[in-house]
Amino acid sequence: MIEVVLILTLPLVGAAVLALIGERDYAPEVNVAASLCTFVAAAALTARVISSGPMLVLDRLFFVDPFNVFLVALTAFVGFTTSLFSRPYMRIERAHGRLSTGRLRLYHSMYQLFNFTMLLALLTNNMGILWVALEGATLATVLLVSLYRTPASLEAAWKYFILCGVGIAQALFGTILLYFAAEKVLGAGGGALLWTELNSVKGDLEPTVLSLAFVFLLVGYGTKVGLVPLHNWLPDAHAEGPTPVSAVLSGLLLNVALYAVVRCKVLVEASAQTSFAKELMMGFGLLSVVVAAFLLSRQKDIKRLFAYSSIEHMGIITFAFGMGGPVANFAGMLHMTVHSLTKSAIFFAVGHATQKAGTQLIDGIRGLITLSPMIGWALALGALAILGMPPFGVFASEFLILTTAIRDQPWATPFLLIALGIAFAAVFSKVQPMVFGETNAQRLPERTALIPVFVHLGLVLMLGLWIPPYLAEWYRQAARLIG
Amino acid sequence: MAGVPLYAQFINLLAAILLLLAFAMLAQRRVLTLIDLFAAQGLALAISTGVVAYGTSQPHLYFSTVLTFALKVILLPWILHRLIRRLDVRWEFEGLINIPTTMLIGIVLVVFSFNLALPISQLASTVTRSTLGIAMASVMLSFLMMITRRKAIPQVIGFLAMENGLFFAATSATYGMPMVVELGIALDVLVGMLILGVFFFQIREQFDSLDLRHLEKLKEPDQ
Repeated sequence: MIEVVLILTLPLVGAAVLALIGERDYAPEVNVAASLCTFVAAAALTARVISSGPMLVLDRLFFVDPFNVFLVALTAFVGFTTSLFSRPYMRIERAHGRLSTGRLRLYHSMYQLFNFTMLLALLTNNMGILWVALEGATLATVLLVSLYRTPASLEAAWKYFILCGVGIAQALFGTILLYFAAEKVLGAGGGALLWTELNSVKGDLEPTVLSLAFVFLLVGYGTKVGLVPLHNWLPDAHAEGPTPVSAVLSGLLLNVALYAVVRCKVLVEASAQTSFAKELMMGFGLLSVVVAAFLLSRQKDIKRLFAYSSIEHMGIITFAFGMGGPVANFAGMLHMTVHSLTKSAIFFAVGHATQKAGTQLIDGIRGLITLSPMIGWALALGALAILGMPPFGVFASEFLILTTAIRDQPWATPFLLIALGIAFAAVFSKVQPMVFGETNAQRLPERTALIPVFVHLGLVLMLGLWIPPYLAEWYRQAARLIG
Repeated sequence: MAGVPLYAQFINLLAAILLLLAFAMLAQRRVLTLIDLFAAQGLALAISTGVVAYGTSQPHLYFSTVLTFALKVILLPWILHRLIRRLDVRWEFEGLINIPTTMLIGIVLVVFSFNLALPISQLASTVTRSTLGIAMASVMLSFLMMITRRKAIPQVIGFLAMENGLFFAATSATYGMPMVVELGIALDVLVGMLILGVFFFQIREQFDSLDLRHLEKLKEPDQ
């Protein structure tokens, strides 16, 4: 119990402290310290859940099971490494004069608050609080996206706010319908929105209402996942915000939103006894993969390129959870993990590369390998990993998803394979000249923080070759939970 | 309407007013009047919540009545008025589509919402179930308002009106959500409004206007 309280209070305290001192010279270190403490608490919670199983905390207010604890650990870990990356990155941004002191304070405080909302969304047992936390995550990041106050970043933030706001309003309607169905079985009051209670009576819930609720919930939370055709905000928000924010948006927020969808899917599937929810998720997933793959080749901005790649990968994961069953769920969770780690590593590398080149345009970044070999290698390896090259972990999870698709949903396999092929060609042809192309620019002596990149890529490599037995067991338990 | 208690008839009346106000907002061109209409809608919502609370003796709904009144009748309109004074915008604005067409689309949306709500209201056991269709219709109308407006402030009012509709749906279908959730939603709406206030100043500082046509630059590159 103490771990859950700590995980939630530490970022909140961090946000309050950084709101006061966020512009000082040592603020980035405070940010790192708060994230590190959160991560330690998350690791302790994980150890507790592995040894003693799921638990309900604080009068059923919070709920921890293998499914959400793995996301809590991942969120806290990537939150920590991103804060490490943001330390030199934001210092350089400030030295370049792109940020005033007030905005630095806003940035640090909101970074912690954003982590808090995501962890709250993951840990809460109440579907209503889940909604509140996800809306809070949007609110915390809107001002981060517009941090540079350029016309483009303001536009991106406005789009993000309105689209996600409208989307999440649909999810609220879905939540109301869910409560409406649950109240008949569980009685009015706070108990009727608790996921554990809903899960225990899921077979008795009114199927018509729940199916309708799921449509609203999927559209609502799906907007935040970035599912096509609700993805318009995503590339803009990723491209225009500071790079550490792109890394956490892409690596963490999308996962948390998808987590909400999967929790709802479990209820609807048991209640409706049809494959309605499955088909809806597979359809949206597949559409996202295919559309994003085709749009990849048209990108001129490196951050937009990888934002579209995130849409593609979220599509793959949504498709995997849509198929359901032990193997696909296992693969979906593995893919969530490796995508988070790889994508945030890529954004770290991209952040340094754009700082060195002074532009985000792909054509403006050339010959990283001679300018700064470490950044060049980080970007090249990250790109290969995200494209699903063996022996990285993305290959393992995509392979599992594809083989399950061949067995269960053969019609979908050609679409997936073609989309993956197109994505490979598009991203590889763009990243290759960035890394190995000719350049006559000067080497810039700037300190970089590439340790997180190589830690992430190392973990992804490990997951591709060998999944530790306890982790595999943990995924298996979670896969059983979500059916 | 024999057999329907008086308070339920009163709620139906308020629901009708809510829908009328949604239409009025759709047709309104002036921003100050729009804010007044939004406040009136909030008032209708607060009264109807109070009547449901009284009629069905649901004590926690009294609390949401007070919350709704404080937030949607006093605080949000006050913030909006203040923003408009500070930003010094009093323009009248054009929609993307002319008003009569918008109204016709609105009517179609209402019919659609009633059809969509029909199976659910048949399952509901609350006395207020017949108003679920209206709640859904006002959500849809606010949605339409957001789509057809070009300026930032009307879009935001549309967004807030949508939240009104959702809140009305919650009270009419289920006698309100659990308290902790309602408080959370109110907090989100308030924080969202404050952030938007900050945001308006940023947009204005950058573009000297709150016209969203300036915010249409980010597009996919043509090839």
